[in-house]
Amino acid sequence: MFTVKFMRHTYVCRPEENLLEAARKCHIPLPVGCCSGGCGMCKVKVVEGAFTLGICSKAVLSEWDREANCVLACKTYPSSDMEVTLESI
Amino acid sequence: MGVIRLGRVELRVMDLEKSVDYYTRIIGLEETGRDEERVYLKAWDEYDHHSVILQQADSAGMDHFGFKVKRLEDLDELEKKAEYFGVFTNRLSYGTRLGEGQAVRLELPTGHFVELYHEIEHLGTPMGTLNPHPFPEPEILRGIAPHRLDHVLLTGDDIEAVTRFFIDILDFRQSEKIMTVDGEMMIGSFLFKTNTAHDVAFIKGPDAKLHHAAFFVDNWYDVLKAADILTRNEVPIEVTPTRHGISRGETIYFFDPSGNRNEAFASGYMTYADFPTITWTEDKIGQGIFYHRRALIESFQKALT
Repeated sequence: MFTVKFMRHTYVCRPEENLLEAARKCHIPLPVGCCSGGCGMCKVKVVEGAFTLGICSKAVLSEWDREANCVLACKTYPSSDMEVTLESI
Repeated sequence: MGVIRLGRVELRVMDLEKSVDYYTRIIGLEETGRDEERVYLKAWDEYDHHSVILQQADSAGMDHFGFKVKRLEDLDELEKKAEYFGVFTNRLSYGTRLGEGQAVRLELPTGHFVELYHEIEHLGTPMGTLNPHPFPEPEILRGIAPHRLDHVLLTGDDIEAVTRFFIDILDFRQSEKIMTVDGEMMIGSFLFKTNTAHDVAFIKGPDAKLHHAAFFVDNWYDVLKAADILTRNEVPIEVTPTRHGISRGETIYFFDPSGNRNEAFASGYMTYADFPTITWTEDKIGQGIFYHRRALIESFQKALT
């Protein structure tokens, strides 16, 4: 069980759970879209922490995004405590 | 002459085998062929070789959608008319894809690609065309088991221009439109060539994006049953079963494994050649799209592929 900080919120996320799924259970206001790595609505920037990333559409998460440590929350599985923030901030 | 109906949609998927499993086992389409990077599928009640093509890609979205035309010569005629309208066209040769003849590919004012085609291999249905039973053997019906691909809804900036193209060049009619409250700008356009409420629709948004591809099921209970199947298989459901004001159809929205939105769509009214265009104003768009909830949800406007 890991702790995820998102803006002013803190919630817990199990390693087999993605950041978006865990946020929804705690009513954390992370934008919810397709939940399948395709639409990019849940794009966030990782400030700190280790994770594994599933398949994400390159149209919404480009190589540049990936180098800048941006992820889609719906495809991000934590392997340590994490801090994420909205991508545009 | 001209366009008969929506014939196919080619979707980009990021994990081909996972997508094939979803479209065959959960949607209930039949795999009819595959080549190096594409898998071809059809619904049980469709006659042609395929209506859905899944293309392995690194992004989600729609490669193109296609309309079957009545005669081979229609390709020449529609190609000329399209070029006169000012859209870019090119030809795809025989056998570019499995089971298909040549096609005219053109780019709409909204940046989407359309293909017009006549030749496609005919596979028929399990019931045949001589004294047929209404349904195939139960073991053939899997998952949601829609009759057919019904329509696609796309987003784009210039809704007026794309509407003009479909009406003036492809001889479609408009069943419904959504206008800004001052009546100045069209922000939604529902277009038909068959007798359904829409074969293709556009709503204002970013160019070249797919909003959803819809499959036709018989009735309200089948929409509910679709919801049960989706939850059983942990498919993300965006909007649970409800009714549309626009089209009067019954609906559920959900996402394929790449995030392409799908719809199981039932009923809806019938259109015909003298069907008048129904107008919705933007302030009533919530009720037009979700008749019971009477409000849009954020993802419905923003989750596009």
